[in-house]
Amino acid sequence: MIEVQNVTKSFGRKTAVENVSFVVKKGEVLGFLGPNGAGKSTTMRMITGYLEPDAGKITVGGMDMAQDALHARRLIGYLPESAPAYSDLSVIDFLNFAAEIRGLRGAARSKAVDRVIEMCFLGSVRHQSIDTLSKGYRHRTCFAQSVIHDPEVLVMDEPTDGLDPNQKHEVRNLIKEMGKSKAIVFSTHILEEVEAACTRAIIIDRGKVVANGTPADLKGRARNAGSLLLTLKATSAPNGLEKIPGVDQLETLSGSEGEHHFRLHSRKSAKDTTIEEAIADLALKNSWRIIRLTREEGRLDEVFRSITLPDNVR
Amino acid sequence: MTTDSTITSENQTAGTDSATEGVALAWHNIRTVLKRELLASFYSPVGYVFIVIFLLMSGFFTFMVGQFFEIGEASLSRSFFLWHPWLWLVFVPAIGMRLWAEEQRMGTIELLLTMPVHPWHAIVGKFLAAWLVVALALGLTFPIVLTVGWLGSPDYGVIFTGYLGSLLLGGTYLAVTSMTSALSRNQVVSFIISVVLCLFLILAGFEPVTNFVQQIFPDASRLVDFVAGFGVVPHFDAFQRGIVDVRDLFYFASVIGFCLFATAVILQARRA
Ligand SMILES: Nc1ncnc2c1ncn2[C@@H]1O[C@H](COP(=O)(O)OP(=O)(O)OP(=O)(O)O)[C@@H](O)[C@H]1O
Ligand SMILES: [Mg+2]
Repeated sequence: MIEVQNVTKSFGRKTAVENVSFVVKKGEVLGFLGPNGAGKSTTMRMITGYLEPDAGKITVGGMDMAQDALHARRLIGYLPESAPAYSDLSVIDFLNFAAEIRGLRGAARSKAVDRVIEMCFLGSVRHQSIDTLSKGYRHRTCFAQSVIHDPEVLVMDEPTDGLDPNQKHEVRNLIKEMGKSKAIVFSTHILEEVEAACTRAIIIDRGKVVANGTPADLKGRARNAGSLLLTLKATSAPNGLEKIPGVDQLETLSGSEGEHHFRLHSRKSAKDTTIEEAIADLALKNSWRIIRLTREEGRLDEVFRSITLPDNVR
Repeated sequence: MTTDSTITSENQTAGTDSATEGVALAWHNIRTVLKRELLASFYSPVGYVFIVIFLLMSGFFTFMVGQFFEIGEASLSRSFFLWHPWLWLVFVPAIGMRLWAEEQRMGTIELLLTMPVHPWHAIVGKFLAAWLVVALALGLTFPIVLTVGWLGSPDYGVIFTGYLGSLLLGGTYLAVTSMTSALSRNQVVSFIISVVLCLFLILAGFEPVTNFVQQIFPDASRLVDFVAGFGVVPHFDAFQRGIVDVRDLFYFASVIGFCLFATAVILQARRA
C-alpha cells in the first residue's frame, strides 16, 4: 500500500531524510524507530503529502503522491506528531468536520462519529471545547479523527505519546487489531510497543535507514542474543562446558561459594536444544545441580543503542 | 492495488467524469471548510464582539462625526459610506488575522492540508467564511437605511451600489489579510502587516496624498499615476455615486485573486 523509493528531503543545507526506501503492505504494521531528529516525522509528512520530497517517489495505494495526491489522501488517516486539533471547536464539531471533509454525510457521518467516540472513549467529553481538554484527551480526539473514515493506510506519529498506561495498552491493541486489514506506519520511542504491535520495524538514524526487519530479527542482532545463562551448584569448579559443540565462547561470571555462573555464547537458534541437552548430560555425569538455565533473547534497546549513535558523537 | 490492469481501468473511469467530480469535490470541500470556520468564529464571543464594535463605530461616525442630520441629504454616501475605507481598515484585518496564523500556530494546518483538500479549497473556504462575517456586519447596519428612508426619499439604487462597493472593499482588505496571515503564526503580526498594506491601498489613490507627492516630485507624475492605479478609493467612490463599472469590478476581482494566489504561494513556501 505504501511504497517509499529513494526519498530525500533537505531543509536548507541540512539533510533530514536521505535516500530512504521501504514498502508497507496491507496487513503489516511498521514500527518507525530512531533517535530525536532522525527524520521520522519528516518521512511521515512526506508519505501523507504535507511535505514534498526533494528526490524520490512515494506511492500510496498505487497512486503517486506527487501527481494524484487528492485521491491518494482519501486512503490515508494521519495523526501528526503533536496531535493538533481545532481548539475553537467542541470535540463533536471537530469530528463532524473531519468526517464531512472525508466525504461522509448524513447517517454515515453520525455513524462514523459515534464509532470513533466509542472506540477512543471520548463519550464523556463529547461536547467539551477542545482547548479545555487534557493532553491525553486531545491526543485521543486527534487519533479519532485519523480513523474516522476507516482508512486503508494509517500513518501515526507517536500515537501513544501523552496517554496513560491503560490507554497506551488500549491503543497498542487497537493498532495491532487494525493492522490485520490495513497498512500502518507508526513511530515511537517506546521499544516495547514495537514488540507488542509491529510485524516489522525500521530504525532510522540521521536520515538513513540503519535496520529493517521483524522485531525478532532485530533482537537477534544483540551481542548476547542466543547466549545461554547457566547457574550451577558444584563442589569443585565445573569443567568441560567450553567443549560442548556449538558453544563459541564460555564466559565465567562472578559467582559465590559453591555457586557458579556462566554465559555460553552461541549463534544457534532457539529451536536447537542440543546445547541444553549436552549441559544436562554433563551435569548428570558430574553431579552438578542446575539452578538456572535460560536463553537470552537479546534486548531491543541494546540493539537500538548499538546501531544508532548517541547525540554527542554527531 | 492488485494488478496493473485494475489501476488503468480505474484511471479511465475516473478520467471521463473527473471534471464534474472535481467541481463537486471542490464545492463540497469549500463548504465544509467554510462551515467549520463559521462555527469557530461564533464559538467564542470574539465574533459577536467584533460585529458589535463595528456597528457602534459606524453609528458614531455617521451621526456624530459625519453630521448625518446636519448635511440634510437623503443619502448615505457622504455620512455613512465615507468612513468605510477607514472602518474596514481596522475591522477586516481583525476578523481575518486568525485565518491562517491560528492554523499554523495550532499545527492544524498539517491536518487540513493532508486531508483530501486542495489548498485552493481551503483558501477559498476560509476567505468566504470571513467575508460572510463582514457581510453580516454590513447587513446589520440596515437601521441606517430605514432612518434615511423615514426622513426623506433616498435613491435606493445608489444605496444598494454603495453597499455593494463596501462589501467589495471589505473583501479586498480581507484577501490582503488572508495573505498576511499566511505569513506568520502570530495573529498580531499579521494584523499589523495587513493594516499597513491596506493603508497603502487607501493612500495610493487618495487625492491629498497624490497632490502632495506631485508637488514635491513634479517629474515623477507617471510614477505617481502608476501607483495611484493601485488605489482602492477611486473604485470605491464610483460605487458611492451609483456607478457599477466593469473596470472597478475588475479591479476588486484582480486584487482579491492576486492576494489569494499569494496566500497559496506563501503557504506552499512555508511548508518546505
Ligand atoms: N520545517 C523544518 N525546517 C528546518 N528543519 C527541519 C524542519 N523540520 C524538520 N527539520 C529538521 O529535520 C530533522 C529531522 O526532524 P524530524 O522531525 O523528522 O525528526 P524525528 O525523527 O521526528 O525526531 P523526534 O523523535 O524528536 O520526533 C531535524 O534535524 C529537524 O531539525
Ligand atoms: Mg518526530
